[in-house]
Amino acid sequence: MDNQHPEISAQGIRIEALSKRYGHGDTAVDALKHVDLSVAPGEVVGLIGPSGSGKSTLLKCLGAVIEPSTGRMMLGNEVIYDNKWKIKDLRALRRDKIGFVFQAPYLIPFLNVTDNIALLPMLAGQSNREARKQAVELLEALDVGHRATAMPSQLSGGEQQRVAIARGLVNRPPVILADEPTAPLDSERALAVIRILNDMARKFETAIIVVTHDEKIIPTFKRIYNIRDGVTYEEKGEGRNFT
Amino acid sequence: MISLAGRDILHAWGKFVFTGIGLGLLIGVTLTMAGVYRGMVDDAHVLLDNSGADLWVVQQDTLGPYAESSSIYDDTYRGILGMTGVVRAANVTYLTMQVRQTGVAVQRDVRAMVVGITPEGPGHPGQPSYLVAGRHITRGHYEAVADIATGFALGDRIQIRRNLFTVVGLTRRMVSSGGDPMVFIPLKDAQEAQFLKDNDAIVRQRARTAENQELNRPGVPGLLEALIASQSTNPYVNAVLVQIQPGADPETVAEPIRRWKRLTVYTRAQMQEILIAKLIATSAKQIGMFLVILAIVSAAVVAFIIYTLTLGKIREIAVLKLIGTKNRTISAMILQQSVALGLIGFIVGKIVATFWAPIFPKYVLLEPGDALRGFVAVMIICVLASIVAIRAALNVDPAEAIGG
Repeated sequence: MDNQHPEISAQGIRIEALSKRYGHGDTAVDALKHVDLSVAPGEVVGLIGPSGSGKSTLLKCLGAVIEPSTGRMMLGNEVIYDNKWKIKDLRALRRDKIGFVFQAPYLIPFLNVTDNIALLPMLAGQSNREARKQAVELLEALDVGHRATAMPSQLSGGEQQRVAIARGLVNRPPVILADEPTAPLDSERALAVIRILNDMARKFETAIIVVTHDEKIIPTFKRIYNIRDGVTYEEKGEGRNFT
Repeated sequence: MISLAGRDILHAWGKFVFTGIGLGLLIGVTLTMAGVYRGMVDDAHVLLDNSGADLWVVQQDTLGPYAESSSIYDDTYRGILGMTGVVRAANVTYLTMQVRQTGVAVQRDVRAMVVGITPEGPGHPGQPSYLVAGRHITRGHYEAVADIATGFALGDRIQIRRNLFTVVGLTRRMVSSGGDPMVFIPLKDAQEAQFLKDNDAIVRQRARTAENQELNRPGVPGLLEALIASQSTNPYVNAVLVQIQPGADPETVAEPIRRWKRLTVYTRAQMQEILIAKLIATSAKQIGMFLVILAIVSAAVVAFIIYTLTLGKIREIAVLKLIGTKNRTISAMILQQSVALGLIGFIVGKIVATFWAPIFPKYVLLEPGDALRGFVAVMIICVLASIVAIRAALNVDPAEAIGG
């Protein structure tokens, strides 16, 4: 399987002077004014900020879902955006190089746990057998291997979120974008999810950006990007032990 | 690659199966409507086949005897028998009426076409070609052969006008172009039934004739009696059925009859044209309209169901798009579900149509060709119906999966 991306995983993600403007003229809104951000492989950083500060817009830009207005984005050594997209197939970019973990797990309800995870490698062209094998290995690593054949509706909230993390990791992307992954969980489960993300980041050399409002988990980050009025400010986190 | 459509169907099989059954009933009605039309055409062919005729000789400038009334003298057939190429000729009358069963606790009426035939045995024009029970009519009066669709049994007594008949034979698939079962009776009885007046009317007619000085002349003895006798008999039949020599050209045999007998003669092809293009044309158009409406309703139902199912998966579709699923894969999922729904519907429709067709009072002919055409139409409708849902899915923004 050729999805290790060694050249990217060595560098993580780096963003320089990214901006995003919605609309034109008098009605234009600058959702992102100046964003600088870098996350090293194996690192988990928090992205916090009040509502309307531009967190979701930044996440959508990072996820290649919307196009920024100006700036530069690099995945590893590869420049993916430099005032315009440098990559033609954004769909393949999302599939192969960016993992997503959402606020709600958003698992496909008609696929069992294994196939929910295996779907991504299958979409990337892997054989069903190989993709399922990889999915089961990840499930084992996340302690939900015993639910491999269950349907999403049969899982608890914490199990669903772990499966969602496995889905985000399965193609071994250099970057994972986690959008409030602990929002629906209680403190214990929320911290468990953060521990898993940290473990996985270290294990797979993945750069993980966690967007959150969750006061319980903010102290666990060593580095935090605080975004206010479209501008990011890097802060040192407490890096508190979450176990 | 996993079949997303198949997994979704298996996951929500109840929804698909019950929707498919609903759609199937609609498709069943559509197939049955086509079967009703085919049945009408088949009835027309059966009517022609069962008459055993190659030519139909009828009153001049009429479309008789099935599409219009026709009346010709009952001795016309003798002259026709002498024409070149004619093997057999026989008089026939047709009269659609209520035939009453008698001698039973509860009397019942059956709508039937009473056919007056010359009782000369099987193979003669007008005779039922085969029987499923009993024997052919051998006597000149008061015997009948009935189609089993009438519900009559051998030995039953039936009343046609004032006369009682005994059912001596039963036949099958002997129907009029309208689908009414046939009851065969001897020609003389049929002629009487066709023109017979009630006793009061006969008495009044005789009195009128006797009072008319032109018809009751004192100086002409026997005139009144002769007139009254002629009024009491019916020398007319509706048509003469003609069989021609094997290999003879029907048009060549028909032409001298038209020319010398001053009558209208139809070949089988022409009679078929009258029955199908004229007699059932309006019904066919009516059924055609129903088929068009049912096709539109089916398309609307499939489109609505697939669209609703797709809207219910908007978030999943957004996630699929965000994680890099190609539009082609998502479109294929919706298309396959639509086609699967159509397939379930068609199978259910074909089964129910097959089961309920025999219950219909008129003949419903379900032809494999119609089923095949129906299947193709259902598939096309399902493909077209999925377009709206596919467009909705393709318009889903993958950003919807990301909050905020």
